[in-house]
Amino acid sequence: MRYILFLILALLLAPAFALDWEDQQLFEGNNGTQTLRVISNTDTAIFAPVIQSFLQSHPQLNIEYNVASSANVYSSFRSTPDAYDLVVSSAMDLQLKLVNDGFAQPIEDIAHPAWAKWRRSLFGFTLEPASIVINKAAFKGLPTPGSRQEMIEVLRENPEAFTGRIGTYDIRQSGLGYLFATQDARVSETYWRLTEIMGSLNTQLYCCSGDMIDELAKGTIAISYNVLGSYASARSDVADKIEVILPSDFHNTMMRTVLIAQTTQKTSAATLFLRHLISSRWSKPDTENVSLPPLTTQQDNSQRSIIALDPGLMVFLDAMKRKTFIDEWESAIIQQ
Amino acid sequence: MMSKAAFTSGSLRYRLAVTLIGVVAVLTLLFYFVLRAYAAQIALQSQDNILNASVTAILDAAIIRDGVVKIDIPYAAFSMLNTETDDRVFYAIYQNSSLLSGYADLPFPQRESRMSNTYKSGVYLGVAIRQVTASRVLVGGDIRTRITATVAQTQDSLSGILQRIARNAALYGVGFFSLAVVLAIWATSSTIDPLKRLAESVARRGPQDLSPIVKPVPSEMTPLVSSLNSLMTRLDKSFSQSEEFIAEAAHRVRTPLATVRSHAEVTLQRVDKEENRQALRSMIRAIDESSRAAGQLLDHAMITFRANQLEYQAIDLVELARECVQRLTPMGDMRDVELRLETDTTVLVSGDAILIQNAVRNLMDNALKYSPVESVIIVKVRSEPSPHISIIDQGAGFPSDEMHALVARFTRGRNASGTIGSGLGLTIAQDVALAHDGTLNIGNTTEGGACVTFSF
Repeated sequence: MRYILFLILALLLAPAFALDWEDQQLFEGNNGTQTLRVISNTDTAIFAPVIQSFLQSHPQLNIEYNVASSANVYSSFRSTPDAYDLVVSSAMDLQLKLVNDGFAQPIEDIAHPAWAKWRRSLFGFTLEPASIVINKAAFKGLPTPGSRQEMIEVLRENPEAFTGRIGTYDIRQSGLGYLFATQDARVSETYWRLTEIMGSLNTQLYCCSGDMIDELAKGTIAISYNVLGSYASARSDVADKIEVILPSDFHNTMMRTVLIAQTTQKTSAATLFLRHLISSRWSKPDTENVSLPPLTTQQDNSQRSIIALDPGLMVFLDAMKRKTFIDEWESAIIQQ
Repeated sequence: MMSKAAFTSGSLRYRLAVTLIGVVAVLTLLFYFVLRAYAAQIALQSQDNILNASVTAILDAAIIRDGVVKIDIPYAAFSMLNTETDDRVFYAIYQNSSLLSGYADLPFPQRESRMSNTYKSGVYLGVAIRQVTASRVLVGGDIRTRITATVAQTQDSLSGILQRIARNAALYGVGFFSLAVVLAIWATSSTIDPLKRLAESVARRGPQDLSPIVKPVPSEMTPLVSSLNSLMTRLDKSFSQSEEFIAEAAHRVRTPLATVRSHAEVTLQRVDKEENRQALRSMIRAIDESSRAAGQLLDHAMITFRANQLEYQAIDLVELARECVQRLTPMGDMRDVELRLETDTTVLVSGDAILIQNAVRNLMDNALKYSPVESVIIVKVRSEPSPHISIIDQGAGFPSDEMHALVARFTRGRNASGTIGSGLGLTIAQDVALAHDGTLNIGNTTEGGACVTFSF
């Protein structure tokens, strides 16, 4: 009975969500009998090798992979938590809020560094820095900006070259963009000066990293700020046209996180997938088409400022705080 | 003397130890619960403090701009609530009674006082939370409004801390208890010790020692010791009374016996009829036996009396033995028994001359009595290995199976029938030897004769 109700509900809601899906794909194991439903904001192209390496070792499972923007991942999972078994997102603040509000299941006995997990429910499995990506051709004859300050100088001195040719996240749409922006604003006042300059040069706003990189490669825009370097590096087709710069002053590093739905009936299968993700087995050198930088405990993390998984992340999710921040951001970036 | 096992009813040591350990166990449990309750209070207090700081930070960030309340929650307001166990955080902010931001369904405590903060434990989303609520009045232009903020946190970290504290408290409790048990056992045995020492000192006493216990004892034991002392005094008195009585009786008997004997001997000279002479001879014999027994009883009473207060003086054992031999030679001659003295030149000992003389005379007397006619008794006095006198006869010797019983009072050997004796001779010698911290060894020579050695 419950199942039928759920089906009806799903059918009723389906059209509404169908509009928001960026992609939906079913990966089948060789003799898959159980299907794990994953909702994620990671592009299928980038995540597919991870799923495939999992299905090779667990052929009894299928994975239904649904891609939406991080904000949609959050709201869609929150409204129908029954519809998914795992949630993967780069928006750490939204993921943490899901756990805080009791939507995730604690998983015991997972060996993982304390800074990369929260409440035994949320597990980080990649380390991805926010970076500046430039079109090499557009910067011919211009100094390559190594930091935010240098970027401000380049933009200020060459307004004619960059007007309408700067890209960044529309933080009203992108959860990850909002996370990077708020964390930037916490770290340094430079963020606001940069945003002012970008606003004065009619900056283009994007929902997602993928679009930004496409435009960069085409040369429509010359520089983009706070893009995921991992996405740019993944695109071997455009590798010779663009350059990924990690700002030397500071670069916020995000963890892509995964949680298992509180309501799922497939905890053990979901735990297998979760273990696969955090084991970073999927990033062996031979699987060269995997471009996500895995979270490993061996690497030296002291130079990065990894966004901490703590309740502070919920501050910028407060409705009033968010409104204040976005108002301020809008007045800076939209000056027309 | 046979010692009879006393009836026991429990053990003082056991009772004392169990009581002490019981008290310690109760105290330890009390300590554990008090500590845990106290720790819980402190831990809760510290959580309250942090929640309080968070609420204050939120309220401090509230301002009225253009007639609208704005709250720019500082990052630290929630970041400070980070715990080791990643506790969940909930909050709600109200303007008067309408929700401005946060969790609408978070229970909003009815505030009793508008001035102080409210601390409350409750349940939200099925988990236990601790909640702190505070409010502040904002005034901007002609607007006057009350902002109330409430911040709640789950208690995983708190219960983790409490578990750790409880575990540590339990560990300390066990340690404290073990130490206390060891101390209790030590205290018990040190309390019981004087009693044990008293028992040992009483058990160590010689059979004749009836002197009062003079060593100091704990005050609780004085009634016992004074009753014991008074018992021993009465015993001692009763012993000496009976010894005196025996001595008196023996003395009274001996004198008339001597008179009767002289009369009997005179009569023997006058009577011709053989059967009458025979009767008189048996009479004399019986009189001799009685007189000798009375003499020995007297000796023994004297020894018992003197043994407690020896008069030490230097004695030459050789001289002493020679005197005894001279005195007994006539008796030996009567039976053709030669008393032969083999001595070192001088053997000096310190002792009571009268007692030693008495003992040696009794031993020689015994030897004479049990010696066959025409035999030799050898009396050896030697200073090596320790000063001693040995008396060796050529009689039948001691029956080997009764050797030890013979020194007891009034015991005579099986082969003694037909010989005059009271059975006190060896006992007297033994008592004298013990009084001088010496020994009396009895045995047989290889030829079968008896050999008695009195050594110092």
